Amino acid sequence: MAGTRSPHVKLPPFQLLLDRHSGELFRFLSASVGPVDAEDAFQETFLSALRAYPKLRDGSHLRAWLFQIAHRKALDVHRARGRNPIPVEQVPEAAVSVGGDAEPALWRAVRRLPDKQRTAVFLRFAADLDYAQIGVALSCSEPAARQNVRAGLATIRKGWGDG
Amino acid sequence: MDDRLSRFRDRAQAEGLVDVAYTETDSPVGRLLVAVTDRGLVRVSFQRERRDDVLEELAERLSPRVLEAPRRLDEVRRELDQYFQGERTEFELPLDWSLTSTPFRRKVLERTAQVPYGATISYRDAAEAAGNERAVRAAGTALGANPIPIVVPCHRVLRTGGALGGYGGGLDAKRFLLDLESGRSTVTGG
Repeated sequence: MAGTRSPHVKLPPFQLLLDRHSGELFRFLSASVGPVDAEDAFQETFLSALRAYPKLRDGSHLRAWLFQIAHRKALDVHRARGRNPIPVEQVPEAAVSVGGDAEPALWRAVRRLPDKQRTAVFLRFAADLDYAQIGVALSCSEPAARQNVRAGLATIRKGWGDG
Repeated sequence: MDDRLSRFRDRAQAEGLVDVAYTETDSPVGRLLVAVTDRGLVRVSFQRERRDDVLEELAERLSPRVLEAPRRLDEVRRELDQYFQGERTEFELPLDWSLTSTPFRRKVLERTAQVPYGATISYRDAAEAAGNERAVRAAGTALGANPIPIVVPCHRVLRTGGALGGYGGGLDAKRFLLDLESGRSTVTGG
């Protein structure tokens, strides 16, 4: 087991990542793919993370790293659904502010956004990541992360207005 | 949430992704943290050491894949319970010495592991067994750094003349263990 780890990187015990971030990662996944698919996506996220963990070269963005993995697992779910489309629900008319406890209907609207915008919006408002962390999770710059959130919100507002 | 986490724990175990499994367990000398690797019992720590510090140490020195996995510690907990009930005088657990870094310390601890239940030796005896009877202070340091106390019974090592010396779990714990083994303990129900 000593052979698999990279030298000079100090990583906290994995249990601490689980203690600190399992709740918010599940909430993010639940918002992103719905509570049912979130269960499997959660397992896949943490198993992938645990597999890769000893080989990590950088221990300074662990939270964003976990969200990056969760984001990929959520994409897998969305892609699988794209191959087997499910009916799109009616978008409700009332405008609601986007927040962590926003109603499911609003999350459903967010789920219809393009991949990057959708994830950026969820990371910002369901997971409360700042734009730098969202950049790490999405492998893009901080301004690009901000732009994705802005564009996603604009699309939702527009949809709401049209509804 | 608990379901979700225990499902994760089971799958991680099944895939062999847990390099260090630990749990916490109550004992008459306070809450103990116990940890195992594939090779055996690697760490027992007393309550006075902070849990997170112990886990950090395990992550840094063994592998960062440290997970709470109580079931992998069932046998360890069973033997400890029996010991504290006065029903076990010898542990049969495989040991992992990975946290003992020098040959001298290893020899001191291996000698200590052979001291029978209820018996004691001196720090000088321990030093002598490690090949240097004058290295009494170094033997004390080795015992103080014992990563597997209770099971490797460093509480059975006393000062020449019988004074308690030191103990990582505190002198009350050392006294308790010696009393338990001499049959004088009043706390355990047996």
